[in-house]
Amino acid sequence: MATPVNKIAANGKGSQQGFVYLPLIAGWLVPGAGHFLLRKWGRGALIAASVVGMFVLGIAMQGKLYSNVHDVLDLLGLAGDLGNGMLFVLSRVLGLGADQVQVTTADYGTRFIVVAGLLNVISAVDAHNLHTGRKS
Amino acid sequence: MLRPSHFAAVVLFALFASVIFGITQRDTPQRMIRYGAYCFVLFVGSAIVLSWLMFLIAR
Repeated sequence: MATPVNKIAANGKGSQQGFVYLPLIAGWLVPGAGHFLLRKWGRGALIAASVVGMFVLGIAMQGKLYSNVHDVLDLLGLAGDLGNGMLFVLSRVLGLGADQVQVTTADYGTRFIVVAGLLNVISAVDAHNLHTGRKS
Repeated sequence: MLRPSHFAAVVLFALFASVIFGITQRDTPQRMIRYGAYCFVLFVGSAIVLSWLMFLIAR
């Protein structure tokens, strides 16, 4: 009789090739890349379009990219922004995003950027679960 | 600079978040679509209900 643990092990047997955390790290650095590595083209494309779309809209709304930490809320915002991986680094290098929120839509933009990062982390963990066989 | 209305921002947010939730929280494509649509309706619906509540409270 197969226990849930055995089922997970059996499902993951065929997919445990190479570095086990590669889809997780790739998915974090480049939105959708974790799923592309696992040949889940449709899911990867939708994830990439959603995360990149949300991030770009946030930047277009003059959303703030967190860089300095002054209080706990800033720290949480920075953690969310870092979830965007290379998008965040690239935007910082190019000087995109606002330093200070001055209009209402910029506040929306800031939230869009943070949530895009959080959704990207969820997607990267999903790619990891697919790789290990925890999810089919 | 992009200046969407409040409602447009809610719809865009709900759309992107629902796509990710659908893909990551369900296993089969059909269930992904259903769960994504469910999340989208909940996001937008709750925003509309809360907006009316705040409107009525403020009067």
